[in-house]
Parts: sequence; structure tokens; C-alpha cells
Amino acid sequence: MADNLKCSNCNKEATVHLTQIVNNKIHKVDLCESCAQKKGVTDPQGFSLADLLAKSNLTQGLPDLQLVCSNCGLETADFRRTGRLGCSACFQVFADVVRPVLEDMHVGTEHKGKVPEVALTRQNSQAKLQTLRDSLARAIAEEAYEDAATFRDQIKAFETAVAELEATEA
Amino acid sequence: MIESLIKNDRAELTQSAKKASPVVLSTRVRLARNLADAPFPERATSAQRSDILSKCAGHIGDLKAMKEGVFFDVSQLSDLEKQVLVERHLISRELCETEQGSGVMINKDQTCSVMINEEDHLRIQFLKTGFNLNSIWKQVDSFDSDLEKSLDVAFSEEFGFLTACPTNLGTGLRASVMMHLPGLVISDQMERVIRAVNQLGITVRGLFGEGSDATGHVFQISNQQTLGESESEIISRLGNVLKTIIDHELNARFKYLEENRAKLLDKIGRAFGVLQNVHLLTSNEAMNLLSLMRLAVDFHMLPEANRSDVDRLFIECQPGHIQYAAQEGIEPELRDIARADKLREEFSHLPPLIFDKIGESN
Repeated sequence: MADNLKCSNCNKEATVHLTQIVNNKIHKVDLCESCAQKKGVTDPQGFSLADLLAKSNLTQGLPDLQLVCSNCGLETADFRRTGRLGCSACFQVFADVVRPVLEDMHVGTEHKGKVPEVALTRQNSQAKLQTLRDSLARAIAEEAYEDAATFRDQIKAFETAVAELEATEA
Repeated sequence: MIESLIKNDRAELTQSAKKASPVVLSTRVRLARNLADAPFPERATSAQRSDILSKCAGHIGDLKAMKEGVFFDVSQLSDLEKQVLVERHLISRELCETEQGSGVMINKDQTCSVMINEEDHLRIQFLKTGFNLNSIWKQVDSFDSDLEKSLDVAFSEEFGFLTACPTNLGTGLRASVMMHLPGLVISDQMERVIRAVNQLGITVRGLFGEGSDATGHVFQISNQQTLGESESEIISRLGNVLKTIIDHELNARFKYLEENRAKLLDKIGRAFGVLQNVHLLTSNEAMNLLSLMRLAVDFHMLPEANRSDVDRLFIECQPGHIQYAAQEGIEPELRDIARADKLREEFSHLPPLIFDKIGESN
């Protein structure tokens, strides 16, 4: 035997080894006893080999990029170990790491389904409003009162429009 | 804490008779969703988890679909209560393992449950008896649209709804159907079916056991892929595969009946006799006997009205439910006595099996 295998979940010594062959490709997972139990490997009612293997494939053949998410602190190594991302900002940081993973995993690599229009419109309008407010504050600080007046009018118009939109939705 | 839930006489999974159908026990669709501005549960601090929990629980509780719903903080539930909720498919085992700051909201008839701070911030599930993927998708879709009015969900044009695990990206939709497939198991075809549907991106797993010979012959069949197809494409592709499986199952049953009539009637007859006289019964044996009783209803050997009793007993004879009903921690052997008592009592009220209607088409 070569070196003892490490648990793909927590790096302890692995004592449970799973192998599945799909489309002539070998997929392996190694787990320590406590992770195996936690994942329900020993419990026939809860165990899903397919899920576990799908997640383990995340760690194979990734480009060697050392990235860190400034929002939640996730590093490339964390993603390789757990197969999970840490927050929504991670998807921009790790996009190049995630994309190749998706190719074998899904039917396609781009979203084709539902779009949360209401939430996105709200998020966009909040972002736009914030930009206008920042511009207004800067104009006032620079004593550019003509610009400030323009920004103030734009903010007012924007807020009225949003209020009207919300009234029609309700 | 969960007593009202167990005693509810309107609970979908254990009480709804009319909508049940042969082969399919129940259908469920779940969506994975996250908030745009908070780290996913696994990366969140316990303070952040508590914030997310109370924020989400507040918004979800306001929705019409959750009227008269109940909320449970997972850390307040005993291990036994968690097990009961898992056996009723209202929470996942993964949620049971979470630390502080996780919860679940369940609506009045237990058709809708929303887990908070499982692997993702939200796991929204709708579950009903019978085979109705489209109508359940519509319900969960409208619930999700209502929620989006008050919560900012994490979404990207490229990856769709953002989820902690890339296996759920895109739609975040997992549809699964619980199927009773004794015909395919008895005729040794289950392995082939599993291999064939795996090629189509569809997962099969035994509900009460492992592999192709699951206890009680109950399998959960679901889509594996969530990205690159729209929700309706996922639903219709899965639906088509399931319809084919139903056809194969019914053919296998009738072929087996034609070739092994005495053997099959003997199995069902003996199972009925055991259930009326048993005094010690393990969970696995109970599931296998109940499987034969569901087949008896499908073959018109028992009245259709008793189908919901059989389906309810599939749930109520599992270890957590038996223990919960006993109101105290009981040893496995006493559990087997309690399970036998319960089934003996239930089956003493059933009419005798009718053997001469068997084989009439469904």
C-alpha cells in the first residue's frame, strides 16, 4: 500500500473507499469513518452515492488557480476539498474554476430557466439609486451646485417611478 | 413540539386517499435558493445564520401558502422528533446535522416545507400524493415568485440561481417521484432500468434500502441535472421517463401474474395472514408486507379505499414513528412488538382478500 488516503471531506485518514464506473470513467471517493457516517454511507436509507460522487468529481482536473473570495474568504483549495462555494460573490471569483466542472455535470453550461425579474429589478434600481446618491454627495462636497440639483431631480424622478411601479404591482 | 403535526388529520402524505395512484406514491419538487447578500450557511458565522434564519422565517411566514404553518428551530428538536420529520419527508438528514441557526417551516396540510440554512439558505419543497409533476411545479414556482417580491435572491445570468454546490446551479430544481415497483424487482429488471435511466441523467435510489432490491420495493427517481435546461424541460423529460417506467412496471406485473399466478396469490395471501396475526415485526419485514398489500389494492383484491391506509402505514411503521407513538425510548425488540400490535389491529378491520377479481385492468 502506498500512502494512506485522506478523507475527501476533512483530511483525516480515509477508511471507507467508494468506486463507481460511469461511461468508462472511474470515479472514486475516500472518506474517514466519521464523515462516512455523517454522509449516511453506513445508513442505507439516507445514502446517495450518486450525489457524493458527483461532488467528488469537482476536485478532478481543475485549473491550478490560487484564488480567494474577498467577500467570504473561500480559497481554491477549500472548493477542491468540499466541492462547495461560499457566497454569491464566489461565482465571479471562481468562474474559471467552476465552468469546466459544469460541462460533465449538467445538460448545458448556461442557465435557460426562470429569471427572478422582480428581485433583479429591485436590486438594479437600488444599485442605481445608490450611484445617484453618491454622485449627489460628491457634487455637494465639490460645491458643484448645478450638478447637485440635476442629481437631486434624477433621484426624485427615480423614486417616484419606483413607487408607481410598486403601486401597480400591489 | 411536533405533536400537532403528527395528529393532524389533514396531512397530505398520511391522509389523502383519493388522489393516490398505482405505481406512484408521491411526487415532490424542490428549489434551492440563496440570499444575494449573505454567505452560504456553511461559510456563515452563527450570528449570520441566526439573522438569516429569522429574516427568512419572517418573510416565508407572511406568504399565503404558509398560512397557519408551523416553524421549528432544529436545535430545539429532539433526535427522535427530527427522525419523525425525516420519515415524513419534511426535512432532510442533512438539516438534522446542522449546527445552531437552522429551521423549517411547514404549512398546515404538510404539502409545503421550507428548510432554512440547510446546504443553501432556502430549500423550498412541495410534496403531494400521486403523480402530478406539472401542477406541483406550478405551485412551487408561484411560491418562489411570491418570495422573490420580498427577498433578494442570488442569481447570475450565466449560472442561474446560485447554490453552494454546483450540482444544483441553474434552476436549483430537483423533482422526485416515489415509485412502488414490485413487478420490476420480482422479474429482475430493476438493475437494467436503473442503468438505462442513469444514462439519461436520472437518478434512482431505494427509499428504504439499497440498490436494485430496495426494501418495500419503493424507489425515489429524480433528475440529476439542473443547468442548461428550463424548468419545464426538466419536468417533461423526467415525466416521460417515469411514464415509460410505469408502463414497464404494469407489464411486468401482468406478465408475472400470467406465468406465476399461484405463486403471486400465495405471496399476497400469506402476507395478509401474517399482518393479521403477527406479534413481532421488524421495519424491513413490515415494508415488504405492506408492499404486497399495495399490490393487492392495485389488483382489486382489497378495496381502493384502503390504499391510503397502506400508504400511511409505510410511514407510520418506520422506527421513528413507532418510537414516537410509544411516547418513550423503547428497545428495538419492544419496537417490533409495538409495530406488530399496530399492524395486527389495523388489518383486523380490513375485509378478506378477494381473489377472483385479480388481473382486471386498472
